[in-house]
Amino acid sequence: MTEETTGAAPVGRHVRVVLVDDHRMFRTGVQAEIGETARTGVEVVGEAADVDQAVTVITATRPEVVLLDVHLPGGGGVEVLRRCAPLMAAAENPVRFLALSVSDAAEDVIGVIRGGARGYVTKTITGTDLVNSVFRVQEGDAVFSPRLAGFVLDAFASTDAPPVDEDLDRLTQREREVLRLIARGYAYKEIAKQLFISVKTVESHVSAVLRKLQLSNRHELTRWATARRLV
Amino acid sequence: MPVSTAPRPPHPTDADDPPQRKLYRSADGRMLGGVARGLAGHLGLPVVWVRLAFLGLFMWGDGLGVLLYAAFWVFVPLGVGGRTGHRSFFETLPDGTRRLRKPDRGQITALIALCIGAGIFISKVQLGGTSGRYVWPTLLVGAGVVLVWRQADNARRAHWGAAAGRNARLLQIARGFAGVALVGVGLTVFIVVRGSAAQLGNVLTAALAVLVGIALLAGPWLIRMTQDLSEERLMRIRAQERAEVAAHVHDSVLHTLTLIQRNAEDVGEVRRLARAQERELRNWLYKPEGTGKDEAEEPTTLAEAVKKTAADVEDHHGVPIEVVVVGDCPLDERLGAQIQAAREAMVNAAKYGGDGGPVQVYAEVEGQTVFVSVRDRGPGFDIDAVPDDRMGVRESIIGRMQRNGGTARLRSAPDGGTEVELEMERAANAA
Repeated sequence: MTEETTGAAPVGRHVRVVLVDDHRMFRTGVQAEIGETARTGVEVVGEAADVDQAVTVITATRPEVVLLDVHLPGGGGVEVLRRCAPLMAAAENPVRFLALSVSDAAEDVIGVIRGGARGYVTKTITGTDLVNSVFRVQEGDAVFSPRLAGFVLDAFASTDAPPVDEDLDRLTQREREVLRLIARGYAYKEIAKQLFISVKTVESHVSAVLRKLQLSNRHELTRWATARRLV
Repeated sequence: MPVSTAPRPPHPTDADDPPQRKLYRSADGRMLGGVARGLAGHLGLPVVWVRLAFLGLFMWGDGLGVLLYAAFWVFVPLGVGGRTGHRSFFETLPDGTRRLRKPDRGQITALIALCIGAGIFISKVQLGGTSGRYVWPTLLVGAGVVLVWRQADNARRAHWGAAAGRNARLLQIARGFAGVALVGVGLTVFIVVRGSAAQLGNVLTAALAVLVGIALLAGPWLIRMTQDLSEERLMRIRAQERAEVAAHVHDSVLHTLTLIQRNAEDVGEVRRLARAQERELRNWLYKPEGTGKDEAEEPTTLAEAVKKTAADVEDHHGVPIEVVVVGDCPLDERLGAQIQAAREAMVNAAKYGGDGGPVQVYAEVEGQTVFVSVRDRGPGFDIDAVPDDRMGVRESIIGRMQRNGGTARLRSAPDGGTEVELEMERAANAA
């Protein structure tokens, strides 16, 4: 995944993060890469290795962003999202989730997004990109990796089935263009240049897609059609 | 209850002969219950002899033959007896198609013999006499029972072979019903002939009541038992699948880890090994139905071909290539050319732009159009600055696409790096 590489975090930026992952080695690695608060602006306030722990830690520390592994003992990332739903919906300081996974299975990825995560990145992401993604999620924007964009395009592909809800079951031409460029490895800034729109507009398109992804009742999305469409 | 008193085989056992042969009823090449064939295989005699012996007992043994045969049928488990090696119901023709196996000569002979025997048996019993009143119903009941038992055998055998098609299943159900109907008719005739027709209603009501009672008593238990059985079978299949994946994955992962330790100084090699192993694992874990294709197999669809090409280039040049594919379609000649052009683009990206991060490959099938883009984050290059005698990009990418009716565009990406866009219409006859 490629994001704007701005190096250190802008001055004055600060975000409180909880790491949820069942592999201690991975948590240590992430901590070392992004947890140096003075340099990155990221402060890791808690860690958890399974679902129950995660819910406890998140409730106790009320972080702004949770880095959430998709595969967890005790029901997976989806279960954490389900049990933290009230915290996500809170009007004051809502907790936001960014899914982090090695998985390539469309149903895992789309499952956590529909569960309420604001984005999905693979664990191969560089430290800088991860920091940027965390701040983006903190601001309420969505973070799409190229792979997630590909899954979404597949899921919303034109089928013969009539949409149940016109607003939620279809992507607009513009949203499709944006997703396509994300899938091709463009950063938001590059997409903005390419389509002659502002970065803010790109972000709002991506957020709109995220909303559709979470609310659509399209059967492809609810059934997680993982088989590729043979046209 | 297999018959355990196995007689010595008539000849010294070969090395590949099982030391203790159990008596099984033969599941294939059989006429009725497979008893004769099983016995023949067990005793090492030609099956025709055994069948003739049974036939003789049928006709002149005053029912002894029937009893013996029935006893064998009930108590001897169905297995693969009387055959060396398993013969399926189907045979594969030289041209690769499968068809139902034609019955062999012995079976036909046996069938004819059976018909003749049945004829003699019926003619021996005086039809129309007092005893004749019982013969027909008895025969009906017998035929019904045979049908149902055969059906039970088939159901058991279905677990070994491939799942039966719909027609075969319908046939099975029809057979079972026919058997039950025959038994029912036979019994009814029996009762009607013995008693008077006036009592038939009472008898039927009573019988029905008994049947309903049995169903009520045994039903829940039977249902639970079948559910338990199917659940257990499912678990077993799952465990088998898991074991298979684990075995495959363990070996290759351990192998790779060994190689990584051995090549610890060679950063490029370590990276290449790790990527290759990661790809293989993903292939195994995230392919639908869990059947990861080996990379050695020839791809048949666009998505497979793009992934395989990227994997080859990745292995060869040691630069990570991220692939995203949306939609899919079968490969045709034009798309083959497009894949070739994409390969060239990936090689260029890996060679000249691989330092800026992973190469990003995107392929999309939209209706009749297939679009592939390859982008790197290297220094970028200007095609007009390339001297005319350097034919690499011009020939192998742009020229190849144009010759096959597609288009290729090279350009510098907005924030550095190069991007190659390949577009191709699919062949019109593609489904």
